[in-house]
Amino acid sequence: METFNVFEKLLGQNILSALISVLLPLVFLIIYALIAILGELKISAWIQERLGPMRTGPYGILQPLAEVIKLIQKEDIVPAGANRLLFNLAPYVIFAGSFAGFAVIPFTAAFVPAEINIGLFYVFAVGAFAVIGIVMGGWASNNKYSLLGAMRSASQMISYEIPGALVILSAAVLANSLDMQKITALQDGGFWNWFLFGGPGGWSKIWILPFTLLLSLIYMITSLAETNRTPFDIPEGESELVAGYHTEYSGMKFAMFFFAEYSNMFIVAAILTVVFLGGWTSPFGSFMSGYWWGIFWFILKAMFIVFIQIWLRWTLPRVRVDQLMYLGWKILLPFALVCFVVISLYRIIY
Amino acid sequence: MTTTKFVDIDFSRIESDRMRLNVGPQHPSTHGVLRLEVELDGEVVTNVIPHIGYLHRCFEKIAENMNYQQVIPYVDRMDYISSMNNELPYVMAVEKLMGIKVPEKVEYIRVIMAELNRIANHQIAVATFGLDAGAFTPFLYLFRDREYILWIFEKATGGRLLFNYFWVGGLANDVYPTFKEDVLNIVKQVRKTNKEIEELLIYNKIFIDRTANVGVLPADVAINYGCSGPVLRGSGVPFDLRKAEPYSIYDRFDFEIPVGKGEVGTVGDCWDRNIVRMREMEQSCRIIEQAIAQMPDSGDVQSAIPKKVRPPKGEVYFRCENPKGELGFYVISDGKDKPYRVKGRAPSFVNLSVLPEISRGYLFADLIVILGSIDIVLGEVDR
Amino acid sequence: MIDYFKNVWTWFYTILVGMKITLRHLFAKKVTIQYPNERYPIPPIARNRLQLDPDRCNGCLQCSRICPVQCITVETMKVVPDDPEQPKMFDGTPRKIWVPRYDIDFAKCCFCGLCTTVCPTEAIKHTTDFEYSSYTREGLIYHFSAMSPEKVEEKKKMLAEWTAKQKAAKAQQEKQAQASNEVN
Repeated sequence: METFNVFEKLLGQNILSALISVLLPLVFLIIYALIAILGELKISAWIQERLGPMRTGPYGILQPLAEVIKLIQKEDIVPAGANRLLFNLAPYVIFAGSFAGFAVIPFTAAFVPAEINIGLFYVFAVGAFAVIGIVMGGWASNNKYSLLGAMRSASQMISYEIPGALVILSAAVLANSLDMQKITALQDGGFWNWFLFGGPGGWSKIWILPFTLLLSLIYMITSLAETNRTPFDIPEGESELVAGYHTEYSGMKFAMFFFAEYSNMFIVAAILTVVFLGGWTSPFGSFMSGYWWGIFWFILKAMFIVFIQIWLRWTLPRVRVDQLMYLGWKILLPFALVCFVVISLYRIIY
Repeated sequence: MTTTKFVDIDFSRIESDRMRLNVGPQHPSTHGVLRLEVELDGEVVTNVIPHIGYLHRCFEKIAENMNYQQVIPYVDRMDYISSMNNELPYVMAVEKLMGIKVPEKVEYIRVIMAELNRIANHQIAVATFGLDAGAFTPFLYLFRDREYILWIFEKATGGRLLFNYFWVGGLANDVYPTFKEDVLNIVKQVRKTNKEIEELLIYNKIFIDRTANVGVLPADVAINYGCSGPVLRGSGVPFDLRKAEPYSIYDRFDFEIPVGKGEVGTVGDCWDRNIVRMREMEQSCRIIEQAIAQMPDSGDVQSAIPKKVRPPKGEVYFRCENPKGELGFYVISDGKDKPYRVKGRAPSFVNLSVLPEISRGYLFADLIVILGSIDIVLGEVDR
Repeated sequence: MIDYFKNVWTWFYTILVGMKITLRHLFAKKVTIQYPNERYPIPPIARNRLQLDPDRCNGCLQCSRICPVQCITVETMKVVPDDPEQPKMFDGTPRKIWVPRYDIDFAKCCFCGLCTTVCPTEAIKHTTDFEYSSYTREGLIYHFSAMSPEKVEEKKKMLAEWTAKQKAAKAQQEKQAQASNEVN
């Protein structure tokens, strides 16, 4: 399928098409975040044999909206002794970092906000941006809990970038590209062409199939750590650090942290979808495939990953900070390295 | 995964600024209004000072101004999670002082209620322990089951948490007709959920890593500090007052004392203390089943209640196996209708004293887990 | 080395086991009771708000004496023998004592049930009503006396008159006795 930006094609390369390309993901992000919050509430409730929110709207589907309204109304508190500038800036830095990732997410063959040929690299680069915001907020709060949370978060995110980057590197070796649209287009033609199952190619891919499966698993784990979600939510570990780096935040600024978390969840899910689950391609070859179906498949796959993230959160206990480092450096990194070497060898031979 | 021990670090050599962190009295996992003054070196705990007294309600002084029946509601409020087990030693202490022999049926109902409450208490202990380790879902499964137990209590006694059910010489009222079936159903449900909790939480590798080899309490230290209950048994000491000096009718039942064996780590670590609670629930189920089978159907539960509770001059100490440990009441009577002095030996208070000893040198996250594994109730610590 | 791989495997395996359990619960029947709309049956024995039947209360003060938290305040007053009303108790026996004030402070009440057990006429009882929250502490003080303030005033006056009369009669009697003594 040919890839292009539908707005640029329709309106030409001007400020209007650029504006639409930027705003559309923002609208999507807001709607998605509301749905994901509701999903989190409902899935956690159902797993725990509860009903979850039931009063706001039918079956409580308006609950996230109510929460947003509540957060907007709340008093904006800046603690005494906090560094005002950094304290106020931090939530926006985090949100900007996570929203910047949307620039290269290919929603369908016909739409990606910015089609650049190093998309994967870009996503990784701006993804690391969030850690600055977290350290900023944690330090500026003038709270020991926030500081501890920020320190933990910084070390955690940096450690987990490395196995994650190795996974992406392996995928890039396999796909011969860093362009997300190209990687997606490669996997067209059915789910057996996904990189999860070794990517397109003949039967020789059976040699790397276990390794690509492993790689996707490793990426799943690192993505959990990067988005600070259970079992790796130690920066905000509720039972220890109250709320970690956003202990002192209230109102809309807290909502920004919240939004950023959910948007990060979607970004890592999108990367996993693009790299391993074939992005917007249909799992059944040409059946249900097309520009419009692309949106459907992409969001469906990404939401499934988000569901798994939520599911894991309500199943597992939290790991400890040293165990997190152990897992990152001594388990994920060697495994990712082995997979990378095997895939590179395969690439040389075939 | 191996667990790194931070105890071996020589702190005198690595000198850095210590951070003083104030945990509580308002903190998600101090189990009430406990304040911990924590000295941290990075994330490593170098010292912990528990500050108690935020829930002090002068139980012992109030008891001097109340007559013997009126003390029972106050006793309920000491360890408000296992009220039945609090009432039992107090009531039996006064009975011992007065020389009352309670009817057979009363003894059986008391044992069943106490064991049901022990299950309810351990459910909370395991649930909040899981919560301290970050697992939220097992918490709700256990609380769901506890709710069913509370319904039985409400149907039988009228209260959900604070019962005032055991009286000196008898019970406030007889149990309702379908009591036996309800209790047996609960026992079934408890076993089913416990099996699930073991799979979901106890034998989860992350949970094992969090709790095994953490907060190791050697048996001699536990004995020196006067620990009792699951904290002592977790260290491998098979001491249970129900077996050591059987009170009431506990000598009629066949049950075991689960002890920590260090299955996944060292003997006396947090995991061991927790598994002791899990297995005690099973033993309590066994006791309840036997008691239900042996319990006489007829009998007046109030026949031995004295018209006026006025014990003769004298003093008595009576101790029982509370879910949290050895709960004893020391009652002095001067022959009037009010006790001269009532002293409660609270297991939570004694067990809490061991916290600084076993949490030094572990990480801050471990401190929370260790505190959770001791299973304190601040109502009992402060009284 | 074998330990290492074994550890990794147990990590992976136990997580899968946990996920299986939570997935099963995801589709299980929910246990929530949506409180104001649905309720679980509260057994009649349940000890919630106290209720006094003023007809039955004979003003013996036992409840206020046994209460461990002193939340029951009772004031009593003698019934004048020649009261035109000739008040009766619930069982038809003549009432000896008026109860002009019977207040229970539910902010203090600890719901131990001791007052209900000592009551000789079963006048005070626990109900199953637990929804009586209030915005003020005064709102939690319940006045159970059946007597209106006017009636209380009237009966007080009646009692005062009666006691004065009694006193006068007594004084006269004594005077008479003294006088007769003097005569003797």
